[in-house]
Amino acid sequence: MYEFAYHRPGSVSEAAALAGDHADGKLLAGGQTLLPTMKQRLAGPSDLIDLSRIDDLRGIEVKDGVVTIKALTRHVTVATSAEVKAAIPALAELAGMIGDPAVRNKGTIGGSVANNDPAADYPSACLALGATITTNKRAIKADDFFKGLFETALEEGEIITSISFPAPEKANYQKFRNPASRYALVGVFVAKTGGHVRVAVTGAGSKGVFRAKEFEAALEANFAPAALDGKSVPASGLNSDIHADAEYRAHLITVMAKRAVAAVA
Amino acid sequence: MTAVSMMVNGQHVSAEIDPRTLLVQFLREHLRLTGTHVGCDTSQCGCCVVHVNGDAIKSCTTLALTCDGAEVTTIEGLAKGDVLHPMQAAFRENHGLQCGFCTPGMIMTAVELVNRKGTNLDEHTIREELEGNLCRCTGYHNIVKAIGAGAQAMASAAE
Repeated sequence: MYEFAYHRPGSVSEAAALAGDHADGKLLAGGQTLLPTMKQRLAGPSDLIDLSRIDDLRGIEVKDGVVTIKALTRHVTVATSAEVKAAIPALAELAGMIGDPAVRNKGTIGGSVANNDPAADYPSACLALGATITTNKRAIKADDFFKGLFETALEEGEIITSISFPAPEKANYQKFRNPASRYALVGVFVAKTGGHVRVAVTGAGSKGVFRAKEFEAALEANFAPAALDGKSVPASGLNSDIHADAEYRAHLITVMAKRAVAAVA
Repeated sequence: MTAVSMMVNGQHVSAEIDPRTLLVQFLREHLRLTGTHVGCDTSQCGCCVVHVNGDAIKSCTTLALTCDGAEVTTIEGLAKGDVLHPMQAAFRENHGLQCGFCTPGMIMTAVELVNRKGTNLDEHTIREELEGNLCRCTGYHNIVKAIGAGAQAMASAAE
């Protein structure tokens, strides 16, 4: 790990000021991605701004059919929250599939969303549920937030404070995991609200999480697994690596999407 | 150097450390508590699992400074004098280890699992919960048996 200066602010405004003062600094939430990256010297922030003492950034609220999860809320908390399970069970299930128990005891929703790893789970839920990402500066629609591999709409010094998920009528997340890393080789989140269906795919896209709009149209016409017969996402925009080539990922996307629909149709 | 202090196995400790110090380095190199192991150093194997404020976490992927003020329990903190913790005893009785390298992490994970999910654990639950702990000797069978037995023993000990 390269050297860094360590800061532990007590409030979001203090953290934002520190981030503004240290352009090459990084925010530390649960650290389950950032610390391994720093240990491999793939990241070398000049300053580390540890958010762990900002208690205002923890908690879950369900109000008027919207689940708002503050940024530092850990995966274990979301996975076991009775409120989340009641309002959006698929979201609690997704949180319970991230990493392993020790990782879920540390990792946070804000850290996952801000990092936008192309194989992370939460971005698919944000996109499929039409979430709103709230920062210390503004509210950003999920459709405008995820910009590509590890790229988001966040500006320098901008800190996610919470993420709000409107509860859908039906939703399900199906993940085909790499058994070693536990990241998604393909993860598909399907959400239906009224006549609208959104399908978001993680783990597969060469530019990160994306919506499968052809699937959405087919499922809006007929919300059943058979609606996706013969449909597939073009392999040309998908990742190929030693774990799965693009054609296999394309195949898995259809399979996982059908399973997600079958689980709730 | 930055000051850090925490409770480790019931003892108050404080030190001046490089901010880069991982919790596992702090435990092993500063406190000489070498029961916590470093296997993969990439948060996959779970040999370094300790409890921080009751949560099982991977100490190779946690900064010591983040644990300032926390209560930390390591494998050294489980036994009461010469009397093994029921989970430790269950690993011995069930031959839940061969080389023993992964054992501290397995036991710390198992104890937290019981604290979180209770003492009646079925085999499927135990196997699922061991997802973040790798053993390269035993094939897990006796580890799973040991955890089931240890959980039952923890229930009896609590009565």
